[in-house]
Amino acid sequence: MKELIDEKGLRIDGRRVDELRPLKIEVGVLKNADGSSYIEMGKNKIVVAVYGPKEVHPKHQALPDRSVLRCRYHMAPFSTDTRKPPQPSRREIEISKVIREALEPALMLEEYPRTAIDVYLEVLQADGGSRCAGITASAVALADAGISMRDMVVACAAGKASGQVVIDLNDVEDKEGEADMPIAIMPNLNQLTLFQLDGILTPEEFEKAFDMAINACRTIYDAQRKALMDKYFGKAEVGEE
Amino acid sequence: MPEVERKYVTPGELIAEGNYKSISNVIRINNKFYATKVGLAEISHEGIRVIPLTGPYIPRVDDLVIGKIVDFSAFSWEVDINSCFFAYLSAQSVFGKEFSPDRESLLKKFSIGDLIYAKVVAYDRTRNPLLSVSGPGLGRIPKGEVVRISPAKVPRLIGKKGSMIKTIETATNCKLIIGQNGIILIVGPPDGILLATQAIKMVESEAHLAGLTKNIQSFLSKYKEEQS
Repeated sequence: MKELIDEKGLRIDGRRVDELRPLKIEVGVLKNADGSSYIEMGKNKIVVAVYGPKEVHPKHQALPDRSVLRCRYHMAPFSTDTRKPPQPSRREIEISKVIREALEPALMLEEYPRTAIDVYLEVLQADGGSRCAGITASAVALADAGISMRDMVVACAAGKASGQVVIDLNDVEDKEGEADMPIAIMPNLNQLTLFQLDGILTPEEFEKAFDMAINACRTIYDAQRKALMDKYFGKAEVGEE
Repeated sequence: MPEVERKYVTPGELIAEGNYKSISNVIRINNKFYATKVGLAEISHEGIRVIPLTGPYIPRVDDLVIGKIVDFSAFSWEVDINSCFFAYLSAQSVFGKEFSPDRESLLKKFSIGDLIYAKVVAYDRTRNPLLSVSGPGLGRIPKGEVVRISPAKVPRLIGKKGSMIKTIETATNCKLIIGQNGIILIVGPPDGILLATQAIKMVESEAHLAGLTKNIQSFLSKYKEEQS
């Protein structure tokens, strides 16, 4: 097995076990979308576009009492080291569903009956944890589109590599490590909207990984909030008109 | 003036705790009030509200809107009002109760592509908005320049009791027709239209700042000085 943590306690990309990758979030990057965002989380680069609420086509999909949320997670053919065929793979279809279900609890879909809200996530460069980065960016894009939300949604993964609990796994740790646990939370309401675990953790390791992931989510939430504030209020002083 | 506390908020942010009334774009969980949109939160004795800075246009009854005819059937026109729903304008409300598709053609009044200024007369969650063009100033728009802004910023463009519109109108010699759906029509001399467009775009980009009317006034007067 590959050694993922060296004798100094540093990971293969030089991070400590509890250190996040560099994070950058931008809001309103696409002119034609109703809401959009761009996220860089380590080597992940993802653009998210939100369209809607709009009329539902095909019409039979419309719901009389609420809006339909549709998500499409897609990896560009050039996003991985070997070319990825552009048609949606089994994995992409599943991640689209997982992202939709992670975002749905935060959206007040009942405010927009008989409409659809489309969220398109385009992964330009993938580096492990792209579903988490995608969820984080989608929540920002939805807020940019002005869709009523109970709370933001923010996601981060924790896991286990070379016998240690680590946060925000990169591609190698995800593939070679022992466990990967992406979670998404609504930070103000203190609720969990996504929970997956691939691999094996002992109860103690699980507790530790879970706490680390929640803390990481809160750090990422601050970045989300700052990105929105910068876009809408510029350099104006926050807190006072 | 009553005390109003303001702050900038993003969705999910705690605005205040206590016994208040929620007015708009706020959810209440155990006496805690959270914002549901990006915007300006206002806490006053009336309650808590968030004035959104972005968002789609959701029709309300009695709104005046500018729409574009996109289709028609035997009994009604379909109008794009920059919302998630298409609006309908019934032929009966235009031609009168006696209307019959055998005698009159809908194309005589409005054809596809026409812009109309209309009023929302009926809308609820279960059906699409219904428009009417009976009323002073309503009907087909013959000329003018169309400018689009975010529907959430229309109240800012109108200003307190229409102060912002009046400021722009007097400085540019133009007439502004504002649709609640974020579509604005400017009628007037060409240089006035250009100036008014700039002013409107300025309102849109600085909608969250205080003293906006003053800023616009100084922008317009500065332009006039440069001209003379």
